[in-house]
Amino acid sequence: MISRRAFRVWLRNFTVYKTYYRASLVGNIGEPLLYLFAMGLGIGGYITEIEGLRYIEYIAPGLIVTSAMYSATFECTFGSFTRLTQQRTFDSILATPVSLEDLALGEILWGMTKSIISGTVMIVVMTVVGLYTPSFGVVSIMLTVAATGFVFAAAALCCSALSPSYEFFNYYFTLCVAPMFFLSGVFFPLAGFPEIFQWFSLALPTTHSVTLVRYFFHGAITGQLVIAAAFLTTMGFVLYLAAVRLIGRRLVV
Amino acid sequence: MVEARRLTKRYGRITAVDQIDLHVASGECFGLLGPNGAGKTTTIKMIQCVSPPSGGTLTVNGKIVGLENQAIKAALGVVPQEDNLDDDLTVIDNLVIYAGYFDIPSDIAREKGLSLLKFVHLDDRPNSRIRSLSGGMKRRLTIARALINNPDLLILDEPTTGLDPQARHVIWRKLQNLKAGGTTMILTTHYMEEAARLCDRVAIMDNGTIILEGEPGRLVREGMEEDVIEIRPRAENMDDLTSTMENMGARVERTGDTLLIFTERPESVVASLAGYNSGYMIKRKTTLEDLFLRTTGHKLRDGS
Repeated sequence: MISRRAFRVWLRNFTVYKTYYRASLVGNIGEPLLYLFAMGLGIGGYITEIEGLRYIEYIAPGLIVTSAMYSATFECTFGSFTRLTQQRTFDSILATPVSLEDLALGEILWGMTKSIISGTVMIVVMTVVGLYTPSFGVVSIMLTVAATGFVFAAAALCCSALSPSYEFFNYYFTLCVAPMFFLSGVFFPLAGFPEIFQWFSLALPTTHSVTLVRYFFHGAITGQLVIAAAFLTTMGFVLYLAAVRLIGRRLVV
Repeated sequence: MVEARRLTKRYGRITAVDQIDLHVASGECFGLLGPNGAGKTTTIKMIQCVSPPSGGTLTVNGKIVGLENQAIKAALGVVPQEDNLDDDLTVIDNLVIYAGYFDIPSDIAREKGLSLLKFVHLDDRPNSRIRSLSGGMKRRLTIARALINNPDLLILDEPTTGLDPQARHVIWRKLQNLKAGGTTMILTTHYMEEAARLCDRVAIMDNGTIILEGEPGRLVREGMEEDVIEIRPRAENMDDLTSTMENMGARVERTGDTLLIFTERPESVVASLAGYNSGYMIKRKTTLEDLFLRTTGHKLRDGS
């Protein structure tokens, strides 16, 4: 059963994070910022407008989502996997009253927290360079970032529980995460794609996150907000249950 | 404190623990002995509520394993076979964060942690990284960590494996202190000396079952001759010597080029060995190790 001890697992990770947060921030945020300015200004120089926006403005919301995705994914693949295998941290935690459900939830909430940290820094940078004008909409953006972080942290934790070694993550990163980076409407509208790809992209959580964040960011572009929110919530819940089962199968034998 | 009836653990077709009965009383130090693969660790993992039993009943402190796991774990201290200290945290944070898993507030945990560090002689290293500690220090810290919640039952899985003699003696002293203070302990070990020194009662396991159980000194007295003479005779004398000794009523075991002659009459055995002596001969009292090897055999258990 879930208890407030999930917070203890979160706190353990936060305590460790405080000692190396600089390196962590560079890793999580450097890349999306690079994409923002390299693509936004480089390619943006050749593109007049997409859906009424400058190219850099068009890609900005999506890059908040992908930074959230990568932060949670790295944390709950490499990070959680190290705690699961090499450091045996999960074994030591499960010897205490912390339950399997608490452990999985604590890990996922921590992955989500790292998404929120990345998302926050992205928004701050975008505000500073004038791409974003702060408003109350920022709360909705952060809620979407958090939901995205939860989904990807849970998915990554499942992956860690199934993985025999670090090499195994290549499958996940190449076959799942990278396609989401390119095929969920961050860099170009999906409308230009063959219909089958459009249907496929609707199965990707990032497509829905990008739709939501772009709406909250610019306010003007319509999207199926309710469906998007429901999709993320359901996916997060299902993946959490899966993570609990998979870790249990690996550690409680 | 611990009651097991027909406790069983199966992994697929393999039965790791086969219908064992266990009773550990409050305040007792109970040792589980046995070769690798005997089922010791599996047994204590079931007691620890991290490995669900496949059959039988198991209660810890009156609570049923499988139904009240969280309550059982809350009153348990665990020193696992392989160190799983938190490498990412300092020595004192290892204790404080771990205490948090038991809902112990951090200020109380810090105070308790510092006094436990003193108990295990690590009070000069509260801010050290785990990687900088020696094997013995890590083991002592793991014991301190296991005590952070004032457990009713302390479970130690091979607490001194891989340690040098100095470090081992320190651990033994600490465990003896705890025992004197009334802590109930279950430990597994490969060291018969450790079991004889610390345990009130031991159970020898093999192939998932308990084959002998009782107070260590008494088991040796009742199960073994009082003395044993080890001798390494010339190869051509082996068979001759064996039959001579057996005719005198001694029990002879052969391991490689050494004969172990178990007897109640060591003087007369020694006298009749005079002609066979090839240089190596020792007379000593039989120990728990002799009993262990006799009951579990001399064959290697890890497939090598």
